[in-house]
Amino acid sequence: MWEILEKAAKENGLVAAFAMVGLVVWLSGAISRRLTFGRVHGSAIAIFIGLVLAYSGGKMSGGTKGLADIALFGGIGLMGGNMLRDFAIVATAFEVQATEARRAGWIGAVALMLGTVLPFIVGVSVARAFGYSDAVSMTTIGAGAITYIVGPVTGAAIGASSDVMALSIATGVIKAILVMVTTPMAAKFLRLKTPRSAMVFGGLAGTVSGVSAGLAATDRRLVPYGALVATFHTGIGCLLGPSVLYAIVRAMT
Amino acid sequence: MIIYGTALLAVCHLLGIVLGDLLGHALGMHTNVGGVGIAMLMLIVARLYLQRQDGLTPASESGVHYWGALYIPIVVAMAMQQNVVAALRGGPVAVIAAVGSVLLCGLVVSFINRLEPEGAESETGDQPK
Repeated sequence: MWEILEKAAKENGLVAAFAMVGLVVWLSGAISRRLTFGRVHGSAIAIFIGLVLAYSGGKMSGGTKGLADIALFGGIGLMGGNMLRDFAIVATAFEVQATEARRAGWIGAVALMLGTVLPFIVGVSVARAFGYSDAVSMTTIGAGAITYIVGPVTGAAIGASSDVMALSIATGVIKAILVMVTTPMAAKFLRLKTPRSAMVFGGLAGTVSGVSAGLAATDRRLVPYGALVATFHTGIGCLLGPSVLYAIVRAMT
Repeated sequence: MIIYGTALLAVCHLLGIVLGDLLGHALGMHTNVGGVGIAMLMLIVARLYLQRQDGLTPASESGVHYWGALYIPIVVAMAMQQNVVAALRGGPVAVIAAVGSVLLCGLVVSFINRLEPEGAESETGDQPK
C-alpha cells in the first residue's frame, strides 16, 4: 500500500506538491486563528513551517535543496522553482490600481525608496560584519532585508549560493513576522492614524503580508492604503536589487 | 477565455525576462537585470490599455488572478526547498538584519508621520471612508 502511494506521489510530483502545500497552508491558517488569534498572519506561519520542513528535509537527505531532495517531495522543487515563482509574482502586479497609486503621491514614492534602500543598507552591513564579503552574498542578504521575495529573486539573478538565499529568505520572513506582531503595539509611536501615515508605513515597512496583517490589527480602514504602497515594494525591489543595488555593492567591494 | 489572461501573463513574463537579459548584457553584468520587475510594469500597462479597449473579460482576468493568488503557496513551496541547514550555520545574521531594518524603518515612519500637519488629510480628501 505504501509503495503504491509513494509511486503515485513520485510520478505526479507537481500534483502532490499542490496537495502538500495546501495542507500546510490550511494548518497554518488554523494555527493563526486558534493560537495567535489572527495576530500572526497565516501565510507567515506557513512560510515558517516551510523553512522548518526544509531544515528537516536537508538533515534527512544531506542535500542542499531541503524537502525537494527527498524523492517523495520532488514536486516541491518544481512548484517552488524559479519559473512558477516568477510567474506568480508577475501576476500579483495585476492587482495594482494605477489611479489609486497616483493618489499615494510623492510621499508614498519617497517612503518606498527609503523602505528599499534603508533595509538594504542594514542587511548589507550586517552581512559584511558577519564575514560575507563578496558582493553577491552581501547584495542577496541585503535584498532579503527588503522582502523575502526580493531576496531570492535578486539572489537567483546574480547567482547566489543556496545557503545565502536561505539566509536572505529567513531575514525577510523574520522581518515580516516582526512587522505583523509589533505594528499594533507600536501604532501610537508610528502615528498610524491617517491614510497618508498608512501609506508612509506601507512604503517603509514593505512586506505586503506584514503590512496588511499589521494594519488590520491596528485599524482596518487603513489596510488598503498601506497595502497599496506595499504592493509596489516587491516590484521596485526586484527591479533595483539585481541591477542598481548590486552594481553599487560591487563597485564598493 | 481564461487562457487569454494566462497567456497575457506569460507573454509579459517572457518579454520581461528577455528585456532584463538584454539590459543586463548592455550593462555588462551578464545577469538578468530586473526582468521580473519589468514584466510586472508591462502587465500593469497592458491591463490599463486593455481595460480602456474593453478587451478584458472577467474570465480572462481570472486567468491572471489565479496565478496571483497562488503566490503565497508558491512562496511556501519555495521556502520548503531552501538550504536552511546551511543558513542556520550562518548564525544570527538573519535575526540581526531583520531586527535592525524593522527598528530603523520604524523610526523613519514615526519621524515622517510626525511631520504631517494636523488635519492635512482633509485638504487632500484622503480621509478613510
